[in-house]
Amino acid sequence: MATDKAGLFDYSRKWSLRLVFVFGAIFLYLPIIVLIVFSFNDSRRGGNVIWKGFTTKYYEKAFGNEELLLAFGNSLTIAVTSTFASVLLGTLAAVFLWRFRFPFKPAFEGFIALPIVIPEICMGVSLAMFFSQMGWMDTSNRIWPFNLGNIIIAHITFSFPFAAMVIRTRLASFNPEMAEAARDLGANEWQAFRDVLVPHMRPGLIAAALLSFTLSLDDFVVTFFTSGPSTVTFPVKIYSMVRFSVTPEINAASTVLILMTLVLTYLALRYQRLAS
Amino acid sequence: MEDAGRQPLAFAAFGLPVILWLALFFVIPLGIIGLYSFGENVSITEIKTTWTLDNYARITDPVILELFWRSIWLACVATVICLVVGLPMALVIATASADAKPWLLLAIMLPFWTNLLIRTYALLNILGTRGRLNDGLGWLHAKGRAVLELLGLDGLGLLAEKFTPLTLLGTPAGVVYGIVYVSLPFAILPIYSSLERMDRSLLEASIDLGADQWGTLRRVLIPLALPGIITAAIITFIPALGQFLTPDLLGRGQVDMIANVIERQFKSANDWPFGSALSLVLLYLTFILLALRAFGDAARSRRTLRT
Repeated sequence: MATDKAGLFDYSRKWSLRLVFVFGAIFLYLPIIVLIVFSFNDSRRGGNVIWKGFTTKYYEKAFGNEELLLAFGNSLTIAVTSTFASVLLGTLAAVFLWRFRFPFKPAFEGFIALPIVIPEICMGVSLAMFFSQMGWMDTSNRIWPFNLGNIIIAHITFSFPFAAMVIRTRLASFNPEMAEAARDLGANEWQAFRDVLVPHMRPGLIAAALLSFTLSLDDFVVTFFTSGPSTVTFPVKIYSMVRFSVTPEINAASTVLILMTLVLTYLALRYQRLAS
Repeated sequence: MEDAGRQPLAFAAFGLPVILWLALFFVIPLGIIGLYSFGENVSITEIKTTWTLDNYARITDPVILELFWRSIWLACVATVICLVVGLPMALVIATASADAKPWLLLAIMLPFWTNLLIRTYALLNILGTRGRLNDGLGWLHAKGRAVLELLGLDGLGLLAEKFTPLTLLGTPAGVVYGIVYVSLPFAILPIYSSLERMDRSLLEASIDLGADQWGTLRRVLIPLALPGIITAAIITFIPALGQFLTPDLLGRGQVDMIANVIERQFKSANDWPFGSALSLVLLYLTFILLALRAFGDAARSRRTLRT
């Protein structure tokens, strides 16, 4: 009887629900698969919707596209820099919230979460206005990587709350007696932090880093507003290519980015498996 | 956890950088567009805050009101679709075997990790008049015609002779499709989370007391999962309302949402004050929703404490 009842709620066994799930998965994956397939399409114009034949020449075109490569380089630079800073800032925020009690704490927690809750366009626009007001918008006289500074600042602002959330989850499993023990044994604040807390946080730090990196690499809206003609990132460059003319070259570049995301996700999962 | 006063130095060391960063790169920028929204262009590049209400007055213009109304409506439809499709999918994952669960979750989240631009661009091939969706529908139509012929019913006009492809690009339907496409994984997670934490014994008790499957679903499971469903609704609706890429690429200029008009003020129309006012109204709408949610949470916890 018990198994009968349990079976009633075994929704994953019901065919009707399984069908919904499968259709949902097809709905989600089909466009991406089609995009990858059509990156090999031998079509010169007409929007790359009709299959004309197999070719890899658009991959060659993409890899030879200097502007695209430059944009990709910019995206990587921004992602690496903003990841470092996001994890740093996120760690400070996470430890701050985990360790201390203070008045208006729930309000502060809400405040830190705001950058990721408000619509991206509000953030993009406000940062663009801020940079313009500060006179930082003209980046043409700055050398690399400082010309990317505006975008990096923007990326840090919307990704460090995510980093803080991930790290804070990891901190929840920390036994405070360890820190007390360290202090009993003579360590000062800084040593206790560095030698006891940080090692425990490590899996959270790495997860936060991977998350920030992906968020930065993928961002479009905020970057669109804070970048300029000389600081184009990969997604922004693809956007202008799409506006101009749809060719399989866009599919090729997109497929490369998808592969990168897959690799990063795979690494993240492997690391999580190893850490736990 | 300790009181801030006990270790003021550490408290400041951890807290100040965060506060300063947010103050400088989040609060002040928002303050600037706040000021701009009460300002006007005095020259091509200068904006003076004259504390004028003109920009906000323009928002009461019927064209702009229609824009807001349309955006809210499209975001609502997309959110409802995400919930209706997401709940069964979340149910499947939550009740799957412990082995299958992480894989199913990964399967749902993987498209979400893909770049938003790429995902939206991918829909161009699917939704076009000669795209894959119409290909599929055309195939179904042909099969339907074949079956009718077999049965000798083809003269009755049950199915049109020729298949007319659906026009989705450049229509609100296409934009809604796009919003659902980019939001669905994000909507499934909170519902799944809520279902995971649910007490199964309550469902079994409902059956014991004589309710049937559907009744249990309706009166026990969904109310219990409601917090997760509401969270899913809010985190789907807010980004949907502020969508820029989807209406831009899939709407083809025919279906503008708030973000498209805002973008135009800053990129081509050079009317920063008006764009700032629009951004702030969008922000207020977001805050109102979040506040409603917070009040709802508080009311619900007060109710449960009282019982």
